[in-house]
Amino acid sequence: MSFRSAVITFPGSNCDRDMADALEKVSGTAPHRVWHGDASLPDGLDFIALPGGFSYGDYLRSGAMAARSPIMQAVIAAANRGVPVLGVCNGFQVLTEAGLLPGALMRNAGIRFVCREVKLKVENAQSLFTAGYSAGQEIVIPVAHHDGNYFADAETLDRLEGEGRVAFRYAEPVNGSARDIAGVLNAAGNVLGMMPHPERVIEPAQGGTDGRALFESAVRGLVSA
Amino acid sequence: MKVRVFVSLKNGVLDPQGRAIHHAIEGLGIHGVQDVRAGKMIELEVDASVTDAQLEEMASKLLTNTVIENYRIERVQP
Repeated sequence: MSFRSAVITFPGSNCDRDMADALEKVSGTAPHRVWHGDASLPDGLDFIALPGGFSYGDYLRSGAMAARSPIMQAVIAAANRGVPVLGVCNGFQVLTEAGLLPGALMRNAGIRFVCREVKLKVENAQSLFTAGYSAGQEIVIPVAHHDGNYFADAETLDRLEGEGRVAFRYAEPVNGSARDIAGVLNAAGNVLGMMPHPERVIEPAQGGTDGRALFESAVRGLVSA
Repeated sequence: MKVRVFVSLKNGVLDPQGRAIHHAIEGLGIHGVQDVRAGKMIELEVDASVTDAQLEEMASKLLTNTVIENYRIERVQP
């Protein structure tokens, strides 16, 4: 059984090729490439990825315009049907702007763009995306963002923590994120948004492989399901 | 008709840009500024047929992210 995935490209996306490459290398099947202006997704998708970048030049707010682009109506409908959706970096921003994940991503507390490898702690190792890790495991994944400072009100943060929806936390200061949150899941567990870039560390030539287990978890979980 | 939508960060939401501007103001040698909060103003030119409800919809669904921002709509009298 082959793994049917799609990578959405918005004007200004710049990690879409890396994302497609990671999905192809891990699953063995090249993903469909879908343009923001498309009205529908290919049928029978197992996985949808929203890549990093600077969609629409970050106009208005990071991810705000992309969240309202035509293809996102189809992505929201698919997510609500239970199709797994991964949003990385700008993709995470798009997911919060689209209302698929709670909270918002604000300007980094230190003002500066942060582009480096960071240590993450795996908080939830039971989700579709994180089952290949162990709870509490420390992994190294690069970040590259200006607006990665996760914000949500205290009640929302308590709920996310109580329901095991914090997938990853930063194990070091990075951007001022509330409770060091680096990645969050939706209530159903089929949508993950994260600022760090797992697609950039899937094979040794990239300088690390700690992101590979995320894609392997998803592919294994879905193909065996 | 001109409409202005003022977007500001909610109270309690950290504003790193405002803080950086504050530091820069101090760099000008001007003292006595207590706090700086940065927001934005979006100006629209609209037909008279655009209703208040439609302006509210634009402001709440697109122009602001109500998780972190407040807005105020002002119709500018010609």
